[in-house]
Amino acid sequence: MSNKMHIKLKVNGKDEEFLAEPRELLIYTLRERLNITGPHIGCETSHCGACTVTIDGKSVKACTMFVAQASGKDITTIEGLGGPDDLHPLQTAFKEHHGLQCGYCTPGMITRAAKLLEENPNPTEDEIRFGMAGNICRCTGYQNIIKSIQAAAAEMNASKEAAE
Amino acid sequence: MKDEVTREDRVANLKGMGCSRKRVEDARFTQGKGNYVDDIKLDGMLFGDFVRSPYAHARIKSIDTSAALEVPGVLAVLTADDLRPLGLHWMPTLAGDKQMVLADGKVLFQGQEVAFVVAEDRYAAADGIELVEVDYEELPVIVDPFESLKSDVVLREDLVAEDGSIPAGAHGPRKHHNHIFTWEAGDKDTTDEVIANAEVVAEESMYYHRTHPCPLETCGCVASMDKVNGKLTLWGTFQAPHAIRTVVSLISGIEEHNIRVISPDIGGGFGNKVGAYPGYVCSVVASIVTGKPVKWIEDRMDNLMTTAFARDYWMKGQISATKEGKITGLKCHVTADHGGFDACADPTKFPAGFMNICTGSYDIPTAHLEVDGVYTNKAPGGVSYRCSFRVTEAVYFIERMIEVLAIKLNMDAAELRRINFIRKEQFPYTAALGWEYDSGDYHTAWDKALKAVDYDGLRAEQAQRVEDFKAGKTRKLMGIGLSFFTEIVGAGPVKNCDILGLGMFDSCEIRIHPTGSAIARLGTISQGQGHATTFAQILASEIGLPADSITIEEGDTDTAPYGLGTYGSRSTPVAGAATAMAGRKIRAKAQMIAAYLLEVHDNDVEFDVDRFVVKGAPEKFKTMKEIAFAAYNQAIPGIEPGLEAVSYYDPPNMTYPFGAYVCVMDIDVDTGVPEIRRFYALDDCGTRINPMIIEGQVHGGLTEALAVALGQEIAYDDMGNVKTGTLMDFFLPTAWEVPNYETDFTVTPSPHHPIGAKGVGESPHVGGVPCFSNAVQDAFRPFGNTHTNMPHDHWRIWRTANELGLHD
Ligand code: FES
Ligand code: FES
Repeated sequence: MSNKMHIKLKVNGKDEEFLAEPRELLIYTLRERLNITGPHIGCETSHCGACTVTIDGKSVKACTMFVAQASGKDITTIEGLGGPDDLHPLQTAFKEHHGLQCGYCTPGMITRAAKLLEENPNPTEDEIRFGMAGNICRCTGYQNIIKSIQAAAAEMNASKEAAE
Repeated sequence: MKDEVTREDRVANLKGMGCSRKRVEDARFTQGKGNYVDDIKLDGMLFGDFVRSPYAHARIKSIDTSAALEVPGVLAVLTADDLRPLGLHWMPTLAGDKQMVLADGKVLFQGQEVAFVVAEDRYAAADGIELVEVDYEELPVIVDPFESLKSDVVLREDLVAEDGSIPAGAHGPRKHHNHIFTWEAGDKDTTDEVIANAEVVAEESMYYHRTHPCPLETCGCVASMDKVNGKLTLWGTFQAPHAIRTVVSLISGIEEHNIRVISPDIGGGFGNKVGAYPGYVCSVVASIVTGKPVKWIEDRMDNLMTTAFARDYWMKGQISATKEGKITGLKCHVTADHGGFDACADPTKFPAGFMNICTGSYDIPTAHLEVDGVYTNKAPGGVSYRCSFRVTEAVYFIERMIEVLAIKLNMDAAELRRINFIRKEQFPYTAALGWEYDSGDYHTAWDKALKAVDYDGLRAEQAQRVEDFKAGKTRKLMGIGLSFFTEIVGAGPVKNCDILGLGMFDSCEIRIHPTGSAIARLGTISQGQGHATTFAQILASEIGLPADSITIEEGDTDTAPYGLGTYGSRSTPVAGAATAMAGRKIRAKAQMIAAYLLEVHDNDVEFDVDRFVVKGAPEKFKTMKEIAFAAYNQAIPGIEPGLEAVSYYDPPNMTYPFGAYVCVMDIDVDTGVPEIRRFYALDDCGTRINPMIIEGQVHGGLTEALAVALGQEIAYDDMGNVKTGTLMDFFLPTAWEVPNYETDFTVTPSPHHPIGAKGVGESPHVGGVPCFSNAVQDAFRPFGNTHTNMPHDHWRIWRTANELGLHD
């Protein structure tokens, strides 16, 4: 179709280039076009955060952004945060502190939490609760998610200090 | 230094029952490598989606699909007329009724499935949906079940005989064309008599509003019919994959061995994913028609509006007591709104689920329950949202009636509970409505809970707060919510529990590999409960191989033994028991092998943690690892090679977890905002398999209880429009609204369960809802409140304050 747009993106460090209809939502680009299925869909109305990714240093809900709006930008998903050989401290902490159950919210949760800790490496419990309020979890009741984020923060701060 | 391995080390090495083993599921979920149904992508896969009715009650005069079929990428549009020749335009429900797959001449609720558009991708399907022309003729809408029972409007013409008479339904005679069933338990005459002659009687009517389980992942499936070898594979968000296979076989005529149902990772269920939905049937048909795999995934609005509501019970109660507060009788009548089709997910013989557990934790000598099921123009469903069948309704009812009685008696509600609890020595206890409670120690749990929160101190603080409020020193009231609940879970004994004729046993099959690791497969399916972690722990303790060496697999009907799935907290009580029993079969054979290897008689060896030892000579032993190898490499006279076992477990009784909860809340009377200051939850789920996971289940169940009690509802207007169809209006608490919970426990093992476990996933929801609600109601008790209906959202709390004159 003639109305397709030329899109260029960087996703998890990899350059992607393709033609897409203007109405294509970023979440479908990621999940269906690029087979990056870590970000999930829970509502498609910006309420649940299951689709959270990081775009140019900001947490974004990929369900309510057109891929055309993301053109030229740098996107990180859960897959880009860490893998089997280089786990992000949050990935370890969520397992250690039982911060997940069904796991459906988890990629969005961890992606958001990573951004939160970047912005505020020493958050209080209230700051975490407020900063995570855009991500809904139906299983855990959040208590262990908070614990996981606190543990990851402590771990990240300790290794930063050790490096300095 | 002596590096001898102690017995303690050997126990710890197993990571068996009782330890907080970290979850094996988490590696894939934390790295974005879960495999949920919407992640499945097959060659040539198509996407199907529904044209849905905007009306709650309308006749369909015509459907024109021609324009939709012109859309590039749209391959087919199915309507009831296409399904009729296959006999698939209607399907049976789990409740003995039938339900339209695609609208057959009329629609009965807003959002009902009218046509199924099959296209190359979601966008093309959406374009096609826009262009399907449906000509509706609106009919009068009934959203009130009481009105429905009086109305001349016939909702289900298919259930009225030609001469206008009303044939009986699946659960007996029907009183009216919009009536579904009457279900009774207990002794009506005696109860009426006791109540008529009682010293004190309290009465209350309460509405347990309609809500929805709303797991973060919606329902969906991928159907793939392989026409070459005649096999159908169906992936989906199924809480009961084997039952789905049987249902698909029965309604499609495809032989069951040619159907493979797979539940991949499931993003939460909470009851939403038990039933069979039109999307499954349409995907299967579309795959047969097109010869390609077809995916169907609900969006959130479809989910909230159409698949599986919960509750919607109008309950009227009477409770009688002596002046001293000893309860003498209980009566309950329920008008149950089932929507347009009766698709409740209950065991066949229990059209109102286990509502007859509504005598709760109390020794009530006589009781009577009557439930009337009614059709209205609302979505079908009636699932158990994080509870065993209708148990949240029952527990809410009794825990409110207790409070109402306490008000009538001018008595402390904690004390009223205490003097009426079933006493420890009364177990096993047969309740007035029929259930035999297996075990309990309610007084111990209650005393522990009240002590932990300093109950007397809280009451003193509350009294002071009332004084301060009256003196104008504060605008915040304090509420103390109490609840003591008994759950009934683990359905259930095949003699009285079945779904569509399938007995509610469950199963486990174990294969030990030569090198001493194992795989076990079960008939259940995890949706976040961590089965792969906990079932391996049960096995580790039973067979003496480390949990880390045991793979647990569920959800593939080609490999797993037949089971009825996961809901109603039945996995641990039923499949957990099957696991232990299968483990014991393994152990029995291992004992014979060990005896042979040790050259002693079978009875001269005994099991010890991870080995069989010669009695009285612990230095002579064979480890389970050694035994496993021997099972495969030695010719042992009289013993078949290999080490495998299977167990199908038919539980002798249900299990009865219980708990004591206390919630402390501050309520701003001017804004109606409740602030949860403290929540203490004591759970007794019998033997504890993994304390970390139990605690997680409690946090999650309480949070879902908070949601239901404080704001979550599926509300309709008079036209049958769903007013809460998105997450904008449907309340799901965020981290900001949820408190930290304090958890605690007592342990009263189930006497009939092989490992004494009772199940826990749903207890916190069952006990939590009345606890939050009671806290709100208790705050207003000093000002004359006896009962207000949930959900206690800010507006309703404000209104209660206003009605009580607190804004004057
Ligand atoms: S799917 Fe994007 S916020 Fe819910
Ligand atoms: S773990 Fe299930 S939604 Fe968060």
